[in-house]
Amino acid sequence: MDAVIVARLQFAFTIGFHILWPTFTIGLAGFLALLSVLWWRTGRPVYRDLLRYWSRIFALAFGMGVVTGLVLSYEIGTNWAGFSRAVSNVVGPLFAYEALTAFFLEAGFIGIMLFGEGRVSRGAHAFACCMVSLGTLLSATWIIAANSWMQTPAGAVADADGIYHVVDWWSVVFTASFPYRLAHMVMASFITCSFVIAGVSCFHLWRGRHPEASRIALSLAMWMALVLTPTQILVGDMHGRNTLAHQPTKLAAMEGLWQTVRGAPMTLIAWPDMEQARNLYAIEVPHVASLYLTHSWSGEVQGLDAVPREDWPNVPIVFFAFRIMVGIGVVLLATAVTGAILRLRGRLYTSRRFHFLAMGAAPLGFIAVLAGWTTTEAGRQPWVVYGALRTADAVSPVAAHAVLTSLLLFVLIYAALLLIFLWVIARLLLRGPAVLAAVARPPEGVLAGATASAIATGPGE
Amino acid sequence: MTAEMAANLPVLFAAIVAFCVVVYVLADGFDLGIGILLLLAPRASERDAMLASIEPVWDGNETWLVMGGVLLLATFPAGYYVLLPAFYLPIIFMLFALILRGVAFGFRQESVGFRGIWEAVFAGGSVVAALCQGFVLGGLITGVTMRNGIFAGGTFDFFTLLGFACGLGLLGGYALLGAGWLIWRADGQTQIFAREVAHSALLLTAAMMVVVSGLSALLVPEVAARWLDWPRSLWLVPAPLMAMAALLIAWRRIWSGRDGLVFVMGLLVFAMGFVGLVVSLWPYVVPRHVTIWDGLADRRSLAFVGFGVACIMPIVLAYQAHAYWVFRGKVKPGEGYAAATEPGEP
Repeated sequence: MDAVIVARLQFAFTIGFHILWPTFTIGLAGFLALLSVLWWRTGRPVYRDLLRYWSRIFALAFGMGVVTGLVLSYEIGTNWAGFSRAVSNVVGPLFAYEALTAFFLEAGFIGIMLFGEGRVSRGAHAFACCMVSLGTLLSATWIIAANSWMQTPAGAVADADGIYHVVDWWSVVFTASFPYRLAHMVMASFITCSFVIAGVSCFHLWRGRHPEASRIALSLAMWMALVLTPTQILVGDMHGRNTLAHQPTKLAAMEGLWQTVRGAPMTLIAWPDMEQARNLYAIEVPHVASLYLTHSWSGEVQGLDAVPREDWPNVPIVFFAFRIMVGIGVVLLATAVTGAILRLRGRLYTSRRFHFLAMGAAPLGFIAVLAGWTTTEAGRQPWVVYGALRTADAVSPVAAHAVLTSLLLFVLIYAALLLIFLWVIARLLLRGPAVLAAVARPPEGVLAGATASAIATGPGE
Repeated sequence: MTAEMAANLPVLFAAIVAFCVVVYVLADGFDLGIGILLLLAPRASERDAMLASIEPVWDGNETWLVMGGVLLLATFPAGYYVLLPAFYLPIIFMLFALILRGVAFGFRQESVGFRGIWEAVFAGGSVVAALCQGFVLGGLITGVTMRNGIFAGGTFDFFTLLGFACGLGLLGGYALLGAGWLIWRADGQTQIFAREVAHSALLLTAAMMVVVSGLSALLVPEVAARWLDWPRSLWLVPAPLMAMAALLIAWRRIWSGRDGLVFVMGLLVFAMGFVGLVVSLWPYVVPRHVTIWDGLADRRSLAFVGFGVACIMPIVLAYQAHAYWVFRGKVKPGEGYAAATEPGEP
């Protein structure tokens, strides 16, 4: 197999697997920070129970994020030496700032967040939770800054050897697509996490267990979803218009638009045929794409024909990934609105049909995030730095069979990890907040006494 | 910027990267060592205490590996894009080992019936990670093939006798750090166990330091020339002498010294080993191809990174020290999440 393809497959697989964990932990860290502040200010034991319950899950997911992220910081060198060589002056400092600000903030406070409750005061514990949450957000900011530079590069110039030199750091960090991309990703994290919390809470309500904690968690999650889901669609629209302005080829692939036209149709579904450069079996709504992209009935939208064929991305991948993301966005919006209506009617905690709906919606955010990243990353091809550095020139001088071996091992190990994670997490989730908070660590006999005293005395400081 | 400052800039940034590598090796060293010693610990209560002792700090320790990697990319990119492809397999397998080790730690806590399996995975991951790091270290001393500014060697170039010896040396050294950490942080049977294994770890470390030094001098003429450059090499004598002294003190005081002594001596041995490495490789980023002066990143990029390091690194060190402080004192088995249910802990 082609060395470039294997390297791309490996990177896509490892970064795709990695992004699942930050997506969840960015949102969950925010939720835990909120719970820790509520526990600190109100002293209601239910907040402590929820805090301990979701901390256990956070610890596992965070660990998965750390180890799979570690891989990426080295893979950029092992597999993408050409990329590192060309743009190290630009992306190197951004990654360094991520490690400096975010990783150490997380690493410094995660111990106190997970194991420090009872050792430090409630206020100090809440502070540690907020710092971990801030760390996850900072991490996202620097990584999105690096990715946005690869999508819409600015502030750096290439010399005769193809090495990029920064002329203006402000422009490098705040590129044209950065604010939209960052807002879109962070909100995606919070939405994904909201639906996971809602789904788990609905599971407990459906089984009629842990009613108080589950109601509070469901209520918080559904408020979050109700505010963020429509906002996310708005931000997504702005992000799309930004892509039209700065990466028109990617946008043309997302829309399945082969020719530049005025009054472009919205293609609901089709089979984009790259050979014939047209859509087969298309269902279209005339003028609508121009309407939402240019906000004008007959606005011009650039098609794929504007650039030579060798600069096209793989259109079907981008086209379908985009539709999966948008489709899930609509489903999640509908779920959030349904929840709000039920809440108004006082049936949010009792409607079993809604509980099933929320359980079904729980994993959808992850699929949408993967589809969204597939859209933006596959849509950038054949460039690794859009319009500047081709992916084929970015690869390392490593033998294809070595990369293939590591790819197969990554697939095996990650698949095993995911299965084990789901198994462990399912057992944790099924047991529910009240039980877990009381029995902090089940197998050890040493705990029996401590547990009993904790239950007897309630919240201790 | 004056000319003198400009000339010292590469040295300054090399020192910062070296500092991160040293902190990583020392900090992750003892928790990798705990993993290695887990293979030898006979009782479950010991294994619990050993893992509880590193629970709050191990992922902070591993963060220094990320920091070292990305700082290398940002300050000496050639070191990153030449060396990483050159050591493709050991680095990827080290990452696999660290992944398995990391998740094994988390899953073990949530597991009832499979604790033994997760402990084996944690231990195995620690051993493989140490060996892989040894192969990278050996490869650094031997040097890599480079043409037209990029790596031009083969996939298995890293696989050398020197690399294997370095791997065994790191295995022994990490085990020594782990044992020292346990003598300091544990008590009772766990502490006795740590004192017992510290002997073997010390012997392996000392033997491998001799083997690695000898092999390097025999196989790599540039390294031999550096150490045998009489009379300038007189200046280098203190490093191996101090390493030997540290090993000796540790050996004699395993049972009788203060609890923290073996750990401190272990740290000193590693520090002297690192000094030896710097002497052998100075002033190269990619040994005998790219010097720190040729391999330095752009001035503008360095200024940006340097500002961040100067402002943030002291704070990072301060609160990492604080995290160690919060979890100070002798560990008790069954701590960890359990701490949350014990109100009133000072």
